[in-house]
Amino acid sequence: MKAFAQLFLSLDETNKTNEKVKVLKDYFNCVPDTDKMHMLALFTGRKSKRQINSTQFRLWAIEALKIPSWLFEESYHVVGDLAETIALLFPQNNTGGSSKTLTEWIAEINNLSTYGDEEKRHWLQQSWQLLDTQERFVFNKILTGSFRVGVSQSLVVKAIADIADLDAAVLTHRIMGNWRPEDYTFRELIQPQQEAEDISRPYPFFLAYPIQETSTVQKSVEDLQQTLGEASEWQAEWKWDGIRAQLIKRDGQLFIWSRGEDLSTDRFPELHPFMNELPDGTVLDGEILSFRQGKPLPFNVLQARIGRKNLSKKILEESPVALIAYDCLEYEGKDIREKTQTERRELLEHLQAKTAYPDVFNISTLIDFDSWESLSRKRQQSREMIAEGIMLKRKSATYQVGRKRGDWWKWKIDPLSVDAVMIYAQKGHGRRADLYTDYTFAVWDGDKLVPFAKAYSGLTDAEINKVDAFVKRNTLEKFGPVRTVKPELVFEIGFEGINKSTRHKSGVALRFPRILRWRHDKPKEEADTIETLKAFLE
Amino acid sequence: MPRKPLLEFTDRGIYCPQGKFYIDPWKPVDDAVITHAHSDHAYLGHKHYLAHHLSREVLKYRLGDIQLQTIAYGETINKNGVEITLFPAGHVIGSAQVRVVYQGEVWVVSGDYKTEADGVCEPFEPVKCHHFISECTFGMPVYQWKPQQQLFDEMNNWWRQNLENNLATVVVGYSLGKAQRILQNLDLFNGKVYTHGVIENTNEALRRNGIELQPTTRITPDTPKEEVRKGIILAPPSAVGSAWMRKFGPYSFGYCSGWMALRGAKRRRAADRGFVLSDHADWNGLISAIDATGCECVYLTHGYTASFTRYLNEIGFNAREVHTLYGTEEEEAASPQDSPTNLPKGEASNEGEVNKVLSAGEDLGEVGILGGAKDLGEAKGGAI
Ligand SMILES: [Zn+2]
Ligand SMILES: [Zn+2]
Repeated sequence: MKAFAQLFLSLDETNKTNEKVKVLKDYFNCVPDTDKMHMLALFTGRKSKRQINSTQFRLWAIEALKIPSWLFEESYHVVGDLAETIALLFPQNNTGGSSKTLTEWIAEINNLSTYGDEEKRHWLQQSWQLLDTQERFVFNKILTGSFRVGVSQSLVVKAIADIADLDAAVLTHRIMGNWRPEDYTFRELIQPQQEAEDISRPYPFFLAYPIQETSTVQKSVEDLQQTLGEASEWQAEWKWDGIRAQLIKRDGQLFIWSRGEDLSTDRFPELHPFMNELPDGTVLDGEILSFRQGKPLPFNVLQARIGRKNLSKKILEESPVALIAYDCLEYEGKDIREKTQTERRELLEHLQAKTAYPDVFNISTLIDFDSWESLSRKRQQSREMIAEGIMLKRKSATYQVGRKRGDWWKWKIDPLSVDAVMIYAQKGHGRRADLYTDYTFAVWDGDKLVPFAKAYSGLTDAEINKVDAFVKRNTLEKFGPVRTVKPELVFEIGFEGINKSTRHKSGVALRFPRILRWRHDKPKEEADTIETLKAFLE
Repeated sequence: MPRKPLLEFTDRGIYCPQGKFYIDPWKPVDDAVITHAHSDHAYLGHKHYLAHHLSREVLKYRLGDIQLQTIAYGETINKNGVEITLFPAGHVIGSAQVRVVYQGEVWVVSGDYKTEADGVCEPFEPVKCHHFISECTFGMPVYQWKPQQQLFDEMNNWWRQNLENNLATVVVGYSLGKAQRILQNLDLFNGKVYTHGVIENTNEALRRNGIELQPTTRITPDTPKEEVRKGIILAPPSAVGSAWMRKFGPYSFGYCSGWMALRGAKRRRAADRGFVLSDHADWNGLISAIDATGCECVYLTHGYTASFTRYLNEIGFNAREVHTLYGTEEEEAASPQDSPTNLPKGEASNEGEVNKVLSAGEDLGEVGILGGAKDLGEAKGGAI
């Protein structure tokens, strides 16, 4: 545990990629193999079942600390992170911390399922006393399942790939899917050839790189020609707004993985009949969308369904799903990611041509275009197509791992935007726990400002500092963590979509609102009105 | 008729009506007693100043030609029948608690203080009193300091590692107090100490005052960069992210402040290393100091005043929160420069990668970036 706590601290203390990889390698080189796999599971977001709920966690901490609960809560408010708060509140001890390994600690944690509450409490309070501050922090993180590190999976993969002298893409594939650190060994992970492949294992997704545009700066035909070359080397499709998914049929079994690497086979029963019909050894990549009468429905219809625990008959009727397939990664049991886009597309078309369920197994239509100019014009139809824009794929490209610049691009339609006034502010979390970073925005409804969106990303750190200072000096009222601020600052708010909403005062709900820029040039009177916003609803 | 309190809180500062003097006033007055030379306590514009001997040169350096009288710790001065005595506050060199006695009633104004002896300034000395006016910059139980030896061992090791990795070493700390405390604890076996002008000016003032400091070299445009990179650079917070600092790169930079105890604050400082080093008392230090005064009533001037007051009352003290303008100076003076790193914007973000922020100018060693920073707009004076 000491090494793991130190790893966390060292990663926290550097923002340089090379140093992070070095720190990761140092860690791998000094801990037992079982620790390596537990670390990998934690760093790739594999959570084990939570054994102690957050009420117990708080309650038992307050009891062991012997402080009033309000002081505990205020401390939490100052720190912004429960695991860290508890780590800091216990007295600094001089016991030198714990000598148990990460594997041993996790075994103890998993063993808690056999404990009663009283035993759990005793174990937890004793562990807190035993660990030093930094260990206590990572321990709390593991225990509460809130483990997040400032390190991307690709860096961890790079460190292991360097140590084991393996290809990073191979490793990335090997750590996908369903595995438990208790029964996947480090040896298996790094051996040159893996014998028993896990049949459910998906391939790492290839992600498109955005063509950057704002509402004021658009890419010209010349820009496209310059960056992408000849239009004839590219394949274009609509960019659908659904759930990115990989559909696997192997050994007669079906697996549906969503982009977040969640196994969601049971969430989409409509897709099973066509998948059952696929030959064994087939893997498709595509987008799952709600469809009615052959037409995609807006994302919020699908979202309503994702939110439900149980798929009632009603839900299945209201938002039936279908697949728009756009790639084939495995064909006749063979990994075909090294084939070109055009070759893979042919195989995909071949599979789809044979399906008895063409309503559910759709294939993404290729957009017909002969120049960047004609594609630019086609892109203007995105909204009518219920698409977010256009996907560009180089015809000669292989299917790669992760977000790579070069062969796959997403070219979204103009971001929707309005100018709005900031009216509430709230402190951020984690590293921003001491700054006002979360804002609520309003537009004019007559002479009143109505809130319509919350947004927190999009400003530079320097701007955040300035807004933070403004908030502190211009607070009108405080309710709990929220401050009402003097309406004065105007921001341009971009969003991906808009829907009617009865739950919101403004009558609309935005999708992915974000701050595009601070409009220093606009007084609050010139912010947009609710009518402008509603016009986007059509 | 009940007598007026010996000290009262006014919109100019802490006032003694009987003695007709102020303690650490923030508006111009005739007679000011100054606890220490930090600029939220020692303002310009008073007619007469009284402070400790060791504050003399720094006050003159910072405030120019002022009418200043200095005394020793334990020495008593009488103003209109009120006795004033200074006691060590352990905060920075020359920092003092001010004891005010009149007709058997004893008040102590702590100024800023810390309870751990730092080996540089005279250690904090608890003073018995009826009324204690205390700061509580770090008055939350999440702030618990490690012994400074442990921190300085870490700092010296980090310096050695940087030398091995061909990195320059930059340590950032407030120019009066933190800088000298760091300087005196550096292992000069590793190399020489180079100082930013602002820090060196303070060092020179202290040396003029007879303080012996380890040798330092002021960085000038002529100082060879390669020499500086082999030593260690002491810089004030305002230098963070500046062109001045960048020219010594590649470097590793360490930030010394009590706020470094929190990950969030540490990330925001963009420091490669955060050293949790403060010249203020931590949670346990505050409580033990207040307890040691045996006071009937304690007044909390700056920091987490609301929560700390509530807690003290719950555990049996008679505590009151008062509004002052202390603890605000550095934030007020700060003009954060534009940060070279932007936050992730929408889809362009690197998932999971941490973006670090550089914002220069603020000194966290003194000013609460959390609840500690009282907004000027909210601060008001008023008699108790
Ligand atoms: Zn001070
Ligand atoms: Zn102060």
